[in-house]
Amino acid sequence: MAGTVIPFGPQHPVLPEPLHLNLKIEDEIVISATPAFGYVHRGLEKLADIRDFRQMIQVVERVCGICSMIHALTYCQGLESLMGVEPPPRARFLRVIWSELHRLHSHLLWLGLFADAMGFESLFMQLWKVRERIMDINEATAGNRVILSVNVIGGVRRDLDPGQTGWILSELAEVEKGIKAMGRTILHDYTVQKRTRGKGVLSREQALELGCVGPMLRSCGVAQDMRLLGYAAYGELDFAPVVERDGDCYARCRVRFAELGQSIDLIRQSIGKLPAGDISVPVKGRPEGEIVARAEQPRGECLYYIKANGGKFLDRLRIRTPTFANIPALTVMLPGIELADVPVVLLSIDPCVSCTER
Amino acid sequence: MTITADRIESGELCRAVAALKEQGCRFVTITCVRADSAGAELLYHFDRELSLSHLRLTVSGDEVPSICGIYASAFLVENEIQDQFGLRFIGLTPDYQRTLYLQGEDSAPPFRGPSGPDRGE
Repeated sequence: MAGTVIPFGPQHPVLPEPLHLNLKIEDEIVISATPAFGYVHRGLEKLADIRDFRQMIQVVERVCGICSMIHALTYCQGLESLMGVEPPPRARFLRVIWSELHRLHSHLLWLGLFADAMGFESLFMQLWKVRERIMDINEATAGNRVILSVNVIGGVRRDLDPGQTGWILSELAEVEKGIKAMGRTILHDYTVQKRTRGKGVLSREQALELGCVGPMLRSCGVAQDMRLLGYAAYGELDFAPVVERDGDCYARCRVRFAELGQSIDLIRQSIGKLPAGDISVPVKGRPEGEIVARAEQPRGECLYYIKANGGKFLDRLRIRTPTFANIPALTVMLPGIELADVPVVLLSIDPCVSCTER
Repeated sequence: MTITADRIESGELCRAVAALKEQGCRFVTITCVRADSAGAELLYHFDRELSLSHLRLTVSGDEVPSICGIYASAFLVENEIQDQFGLRFIGLTPDYQRTLYLQGEDSAPPFRGPSGPDRGE
């Protein structure tokens, strides 16, 4: 049968959120894929018209639950640059700790969902069991499991005492043990490799041309990571981007798995170097001018454009989320694969529709 | 504080974008901003080894050349701007005809016009 069009989503067992793909197939092979969304778009950028710039912190945290802290961080850093505010050193390190906790729980969530997409339900449950320890740390330190609400313009609103940092380190040791125990399965299991190796391949040149970001880009051999910009306290920590070269689903899996260990290491470094002092500085006045702020979310580069005129409301708030940048790559990754592999390849970009439908 | 951006005219856009691609820049996104005179301003963001460069284009009418022929991934953000600001990108493929977010309703573009609380209803 030539040119059959299969609507994939918005409701599909493998999709936790609504995303639609029009798949043109021939003999079970995908010929072309056209993405569509807009099912749950919330127009959050438009809220900047009626919420003042401080209230917008609560709004941008709700762009995405999985990386809420980093959304607020990017927004606050943009405003701090516009207003000439320098957060205290302790706040910058605390921001790294909560950012990396977010990356950890996001990657563990994705690895679990990815295992589930392959029908590997026991692995899915084990990964999410480990993830619960991270959620417990979030709750104990910020009062919330998902939307942490720790960022303010000029620093953070919560501190960590020595008892908490010691407990975080002991919990991370358990998380690390759990991750290592599953590493053999995730990286070497025959079924996982069969379902992921050589699927959804992107070359380095294609990834760059398609504007890919985060683990998508790093799995194609491009060592790009916004944390290298040195924002928060990343400039004072020792790390290098995790890079793979094959550009397939397996390489993306390897990058995210290795980044779990990297995040644990960054939290340990941050706790080790956590300086004493204030956690925020008083901020007066209103922002004026325009700026682009960027940060590395679990899914990649997030960009905030902020334009302000010195008033209470922003002239423009624009948020380019990493999934929005990675979706165009699907139009290249999906053609040529079997229909049965579409869920795995689609999930390999770690799609966050909540981010995309901001 | 303002962003340092090369100001370009509509007719120069594709050539300027192609030149950035030649230099190895990654296309990041386009930001559309309401301009004072009910028009719009487009900021094109590009990255090269963590360094951003920007092009600034003031749109007087409703039509803008699409850069999809140079960076195919621009189709998504150009469709978004069509929905939100009512601009029309010439040469855009695929063109969702203002149905990326909207349902084809005949409504005013939600982000067009002046900003501020009066427009937020």
